[in-house]
Amino acid sequence: MAHSARRDAPELPDFSLLKRLARDQLIYLLEQLPGKKDLFIEADLMSPLDRIANVTMLKQHDVDKLYKVENTPIFSTCDQICFLIRPRIQTVKWIADTVNADKAAGKFRKYKIIFTPQKFYACETVLEEQGIYGDVSTDEWAFYLLPLDDDIISLELPEFFRDNFLEGDQRWVTTGGSALHLLHSLFGPFSKVYGIGRCAKMVYESWREQVEESEQKAQKSEIGNVFLIDRDVDFVTPLCSQVVYEGLVDDIFRIKCGCVEFGPDVTTADKSMKVMLNSQDKVFSEIRNEHFSNVFGFLSQKARNLQTAYDRRGMDIKQMRTFVSEELKGLKQEHRLLSLHIGASESMMKKKTKQDFQELLKTEHSLLEGFDIRECITYIEEHINRQVSMIDSLRLLCLLSLTENGLLPKDYRSLKTQYLQSYGIEHLLTFANLRQLGLLVEQQPGDALTAMESKVGKLVNDKTAEKLTGAFSSLAKKSNFRALSKKLALVPKTGEEYDLRVPRDMAYVFSGAYIPLSCKLIEQVLERDGWTGLEEVTRMLNGNEFVVTASHSGADARFKTDSQRIILVMFLGGCSYSEISALRFLGREKGYKFIVLTTAIINSARLMEAMLDNHV
Amino acid sequence: MAFVTANWNPLGDAFYRKVELYEMGWSLKDGLRDCHVAAAPYGGPIAVLKESQRCSPSVRPQLDIYTASGMPVAAFPWKSGVVKQLGWTVGDDLLCVQEDGTVLVYDLFGSFKRHFSMGNELVQSHVLEAKVFHSPYGTGIALLSGTFRFILATNIEDLKLRRLPEVPGLQGAPSCWAVLSQDRQSKVLLAAGPDLYMLDTTACTPVIPPGLTPQASSIVHMAVSFSYKYLAFFTDSGHVWMGSANLKDKLGEVETKMKTPPKQMAWCRRPKGQQPSVVVMWEKNLLVAGQCQETIQYHLDEDSVLVPEMDGVRIISGSHHELLQEVPAACEEIFKIASMAPGALLLEANREYEKESQKADEYLREIKEQDLLGEAVKQCVEAAGYEHEPETQKMLLRAASFGKCFLSNFRPELFVHMCRDLRVLNAVRDYTVGIPLTLPQYKQMTVQVLIDRLVHRKLYPLAFEICRYLKTPEYQGVSRVLKHWACCKVQQKEEADEVIARAISVKLGETAGISYSDIAAKAYECGRTELAIKLLEFEPRSGEQVPLLLKMKRSQLALSKAIESGDTDLVYTVVTYLKNEMNRGDFFMTLRNQPVALSLYRQFCKHQEPETLKDLFNQDDDHQELGNFYVRASYQEGKLETRVSLLQSAVDEYNKAKNEFAAKATEEEIRLLRFQRRVEEEKGERVLGCSLHDTLHCLLTLGLHKQAEQLYKDFRVPDKRYWWLKLTALAEKEDWEELEKFAKSKKSPIGYLPFVEVCVKHLNKYEAKKYVSKVTPEQKVKAHLAVGDLEGAAEAAIERRSEGEVSLVLSRCSATTDRTIVDRLNRARAAAAKK
Repeated sequence: MAHSARRDAPELPDFSLLKRLARDQLIYLLEQLPGKKDLFIEADLMSPLDRIANVTMLKQHDVDKLYKVENTPIFSTCDQICFLIRPRIQTVKWIADTVNADKAAGKFRKYKIIFTPQKFYACETVLEEQGIYGDVSTDEWAFYLLPLDDDIISLELPEFFRDNFLEGDQRWVTTGGSALHLLHSLFGPFSKVYGIGRCAKMVYESWREQVEESEQKAQKSEIGNVFLIDRDVDFVTPLCSQVVYEGLVDDIFRIKCGCVEFGPDVTTADKSMKVMLNSQDKVFSEIRNEHFSNVFGFLSQKARNLQTAYDRRGMDIKQMRTFVSEELKGLKQEHRLLSLHIGASESMMKKKTKQDFQELLKTEHSLLEGFDIRECITYIEEHINRQVSMIDSLRLLCLLSLTENGLLPKDYRSLKTQYLQSYGIEHLLTFANLRQLGLLVEQQPGDALTAMESKVGKLVNDKTAEKLTGAFSSLAKKSNFRALSKKLALVPKTGEEYDLRVPRDMAYVFSGAYIPLSCKLIEQVLERDGWTGLEEVTRMLNGNEFVVTASHSGADARFKTDSQRIILVMFLGGCSYSEISALRFLGREKGYKFIVLTTAIINSARLMEAMLDNHV
Repeated sequence: MAFVTANWNPLGDAFYRKVELYEMGWSLKDGLRDCHVAAAPYGGPIAVLKESQRCSPSVRPQLDIYTASGMPVAAFPWKSGVVKQLGWTVGDDLLCVQEDGTVLVYDLFGSFKRHFSMGNELVQSHVLEAKVFHSPYGTGIALLSGTFRFILATNIEDLKLRRLPEVPGLQGAPSCWAVLSQDRQSKVLLAAGPDLYMLDTTACTPVIPPGLTPQASSIVHMAVSFSYKYLAFFTDSGHVWMGSANLKDKLGEVETKMKTPPKQMAWCRRPKGQQPSVVVMWEKNLLVAGQCQETIQYHLDEDSVLVPEMDGVRIISGSHHELLQEVPAACEEIFKIASMAPGALLLEANREYEKESQKADEYLREIKEQDLLGEAVKQCVEAAGYEHEPETQKMLLRAASFGKCFLSNFRPELFVHMCRDLRVLNAVRDYTVGIPLTLPQYKQMTVQVLIDRLVHRKLYPLAFEICRYLKTPEYQGVSRVLKHWACCKVQQKEEADEVIARAISVKLGETAGISYSDIAAKAYECGRTELAIKLLEFEPRSGEQVPLLLKMKRSQLALSKAIESGDTDLVYTVVTYLKNEMNRGDFFMTLRNQPVALSLYRQFCKHQEPETLKDLFNQDDDHQELGNFYVRASYQEGKLETRVSLLQSAVDEYNKAKNEFAAKATEEEIRLLRFQRRVEEEKGERVLGCSLHDTLHCLLTLGLHKQAEQLYKDFRVPDKRYWWLKLTALAEKEDWEELEKFAKSKKSPIGYLPFVEVCVKHLNKYEAKKYVSKVTPEQKVKAHLAVGDLEGAAEAAIERRSEGEVSLVLSRCSATTDRTIVDRLNRARAAAAKK
């Protein structure tokens, strides 16, 4: 059922090179500390590391034991310890405590900290303040990019979102720039860069500086165009319930680093099982982009086909032999995968075909369309009052605020009060965070701020004005969703039947109710080859759009090759599987190939969890 | 042609020549008599220190520095201790080794740079002798102390003193010694009477040179070749022994018939030379002793100094500067009398051609017949490279150019490069510049180093022109020269900041690879802060400006530049710096104006110094954040009292922030906590810290209805929530009786369908059915379906005449068991359709 791609679709570059580079550098770094050593790995680096190097390889390079960093005292007997961590102050502090504890106990060991993808000065300051700067050696493992699939590359930096958009901490900008630079030096040169968002602009600048500083070598470009987009340009899309198979699997089972753990209810065995979800999985690759309602039909058809394939009566001996030696293994494999996905679908069906899920979807669609808002609010209220789900309630509140451009003061107060009653006062902080990001706000009486902005703008010069506008926009981020939706026709007209089997636009990823704003923007910009004609849209998105054509290419006809139709979309702050599915659809329709480069894969739950103040 | 060979002398198969490089421009009273003289290799500068009468310390000797042509560069009276040895480093710095073991370092212009000591013991024992040597590891110094111990440092830039082992039985100073560089370490070879010892860091090994004449009873002088590969001894019997430095092979031995020990001895060989020789110098004469056992004698009129080079020996005297070397093969071929080599013929042909004589054709024909024209051109070009006189060079190049005309595919590079190199060499050999480099030396030292040397001598225009002429890449060439120029320029104290800044910016402009921050750093070093700031403004990369701005204590400016650069690490560096540098109030004020820096610092404080965070918010009067801060702090706190007081602080802050909502919510939380505490005390149930909802749920499941009721009223819990809560709690407890009572207590605000559904959820259809009748008509169908009553559902659906509901019921019916209901529904549907 997978849609046949246009025949002239270009080939994707081979990103396994990135893994090889990362692996080689890691080996090199490990060998910098010769002899037996214990390796402590930051918890959330475990899965990415798994994709790069296995335990055998680590053991080959004198790694004795592997531990997870758990912020508890360590029990290692090795006299050399290596820490592989993200540049986080907390972890460095823990290391400092560990070293100091060793010192106090009179133990002398060699310590080495490998920061990935880079180290920050702040971390070194901690080492210095804790008085162990001289006791540890530090290094950087430039592991910027992890290819999750043929067309998905992740920075695996979930904190990018919160740090950058909520805390205003721009330390990851250079990381983004370096990641882009790495891709540029391996698969570039890029001939055109589009972007929207403050962070996108900064990442672009950082990348450009790095390009200027490094040597350029002429090579055949494999990626022609780049599109940078900030997550805060479109919050609505990742907040919607996902209904495409891959997204749904992520929502329910949580895909981690391209790998999912199916529980016993799926595997129909007594233990759970880890499964890699990527294009290598023949069954999965055919259903990943499908609307969930089609998946069952497809799987049963597949099962029937498999049955016939097994059932080869009337084979002679020779045929039998070839069947057993050549086909059977493939069939068995397919069989195994098929039964897994059927199991997963069943489990999802159980959860999702229930009344409440249908009602939840209905509410979401109403919000997107802007109908029956009162009823929606009542629904959300009930949702909160019944303590259905802390995260889902929060998500619905945000969706309501985003689509309605803020809540009425009365609703704002009462909904928050009820939420606090259900889930406790600590969510006062959550609400403060959501307000700051513009995810859950009170409707402003009039456009007082805009007026002030323009006044201030006249008084001071451009540069400061830009900064001020930035500051204001973060104060009163308006989503303008309704107007945007109208302008870009994001919500198809109701009443028309939408055949989810034969999608006609990207709206199919949300049951035909809504075209993801982020993807629609990309489509429009590529179609217009820039932002002309989208002035009103960008104004509503707080501006910061840009398009840069590389000087050297231009009109050169040779550049109008395949690479021009390969587009790298970089999501700063994460993207959801639904967006990836939508882009794949767009690619098939227009003969593009999209490569998604994201700081992390997100979904509504991860987005909301990032807003909580977890202080354990 | 006779004039070229006039200064040639045969030695074995080869010829030696002595070429005059310069007539010295200096005016020395007594020549070089009683002087310490040090001349750097590769045509480097010469330092001369007149040895004064030791008895009168009031007379200060004069230290003079000259170029190789004797042009004065610097002169200053020597005020320090007794100098034992002078020497030059590879970087053209002058080393003065004093008797007490102190080494003073001066630059080319005689300004003091630094000093270091070669060991404290020397203050007592004094330095007897010292030698400055060069190896691939830099410039080194070897000393012989008064206690006859050797102290050695291989690289003075990375000073590691090594005291070599004692020589057994050494009673007095060795008769002679030399430093060798072998097997990646520096060793000392010394002769004590008849014995020869090799000293390295670990051991002292006696060695015997192979084939040393038995007439010799001791070695009185020794010399190491420029490359450290060969060694020569002068014995008391007047023999010169030549051999390899590892003392394994003997090259030859020459008897000089001179018994007096020589003043100086040096190897004279050239790469690919045929006849290596040793130059031995006495008071009045000079002897070139070849491997072939032949010698050449020269008479010396005045005191001289030998300077060994890689391809010859320079002889510096009071009036002249000469180069003694083996005549290179190419020159020999061409200029040797009656030579029939192709190069010689070509030169002759060109000469005839210039005379417009037809003989030119004959010569040319002769070469061409042997098919050697290419060879001839090459010879001429090569020979030109070895000649010092521009006239001779031109003559040879003209001949080459002439010969080239008759060749169709001769590659031009050789000729072009030679012309270019010679042009550079002639420029630096000029009297005013005074660097008498030979072509092999120039090739060995590379253009980069030559440029460096010129820059060191402040010959900026020449260096600049050479870079431009050779088209050296900007980064290594022009930019480097300009940077040095600018660094020198900022030290000109007499000029105004404005003028210098302008001059520099005009000259440097947009030249690639120039770092204005380096120049500014230099200006600052010279105490010109204002100039440094002016220069920094030209620096396009704002990140580069930051470290210097910090150094100059322009921290505010540094902070904004760091932010401009977009490099958070840099911002953080400045922030940490400011934190330590400023008082708290000012520091916070500074951050306040820089949101990027502020948020960075906040992130840091959050983990490292929560209290600072509070101060930060206080400073900003950010009551909202302060409130949040207290709330956050409260749930990290275990004790109720502290928790409440923290929350109370939060309430105050929220009030100040005019956030009534948060203030009220926090107040309620305090009340809730107190309530929970009471419940815990009275009933022993753990509810502290739960949300209101969870507390209620807990109370209800425990059957504490009174308390629940109170909470419900006190906190004005919405009816709907309360009903839901009570409904689920009772169902969980399966307290159906109480549930029924509750249902009847008053009209349910959530309707009765939830009652049905909750009962069904707890698998009690019997109870569920009780509530079906109470359900509103709109929800009847659902309610019937929930309890599994298809008939009731069908009835309700038909009654309501709702198409949707009818199909809903239909979808639940199975065709076989519920035949009658299906029929009824279908009929009803048909009837509805008719209408």
